[in-house]
Amino acid sequence: MLTVLLLIVLICGSTGGEIAITRGSKKTGEPARLRPKAVLRFLGQAICNGWFWLGIPLMAASFFALLILFSWHPLSFVIPISALSYVVGALGAKYILKEEVNTARWAGVVLVCAGVALVAFG
Amino acid sequence: MASEKRLRVKTLIMVLAMVVCAVVGDLLLKRGMSKAGAVQFTVTGLEHALMTMMTSVTIWLGICFLLGFMATQMTVMSWADYSYVMPAGAFGYALQTFLAVVVLHEAVSIRRWIGVALICVGVVLVGQTKPRTTEAAARVAEKAALSC
Repeated sequence: MLTVLLLIVLICGSTGGEIAITRGSKKTGEPARLRPKAVLRFLGQAICNGWFWLGIPLMAASFFALLILFSWHPLSFVIPISALSYVVGALGAKYILKEEVNTARWAGVVLVCAGVALVAFG
Repeated sequence: MASEKRLRVKTLIMVLAMVVCAVVGDLLLKRGMSKAGAVQFTVTGLEHALMTMMTSVTIWLGICFLLGFMATQMTVMSWADYSYVMPAGAFGYALQTFLAVVVLHEAVSIRRWIGVALICVGVVLVGQTKPRTTEAAARVAEKAALSC
């Protein structure tokens, strides 16, 4: 039961956190150049965004769930199930971030999800 | 057309940096937590686990790489779609397998090779789509370019 709960925290925490941070990064706007100074300025502005601070606790919860799951179960159990986060993430991108997830992208996401599960089982 | 190509190239560079940081970070964390032993879900057990995590150099190194992963991920997602970056980042699993064969000379099962092939096809499929589909991000990027 605790394992199921931790897997839910792992998947929903990482996906929810990444979606919140994506929204924050987009609101900040991309760095003008890919130079260290410009990227550091961008990161400084992005962490002042409220979305970032919504994402961090979600990702921290997911991180601790991952550490505990790693200590209880082999990688070949944890990673295939966590691969579901690709599908949950694509749903979040479509309905929360309003991204255009077309058929090719959906097919790619499903293949990646199946591939990750197979690699971890292998 | 040139800006579309530039967008693809810079997205690819950042995704590669993101993948390297994630792969190294995960390996270090797994090694650190394996040394610490199974975490007991009691107050004493959690206290012990927290102390082990705080004092392990391997875990701190892993955290540093994961911070690098987060910085590159935040940067790339300021212009690219989440649904583009997230599956493209799965290329790390394929990279891990190639490294296991080339560097560690490990035997890799057929099932794992099929998984790597599926990931590569999936990443190529996602790579064919536009890295940015939201108008809001494009508008902010145009504004930033104009203000330079």
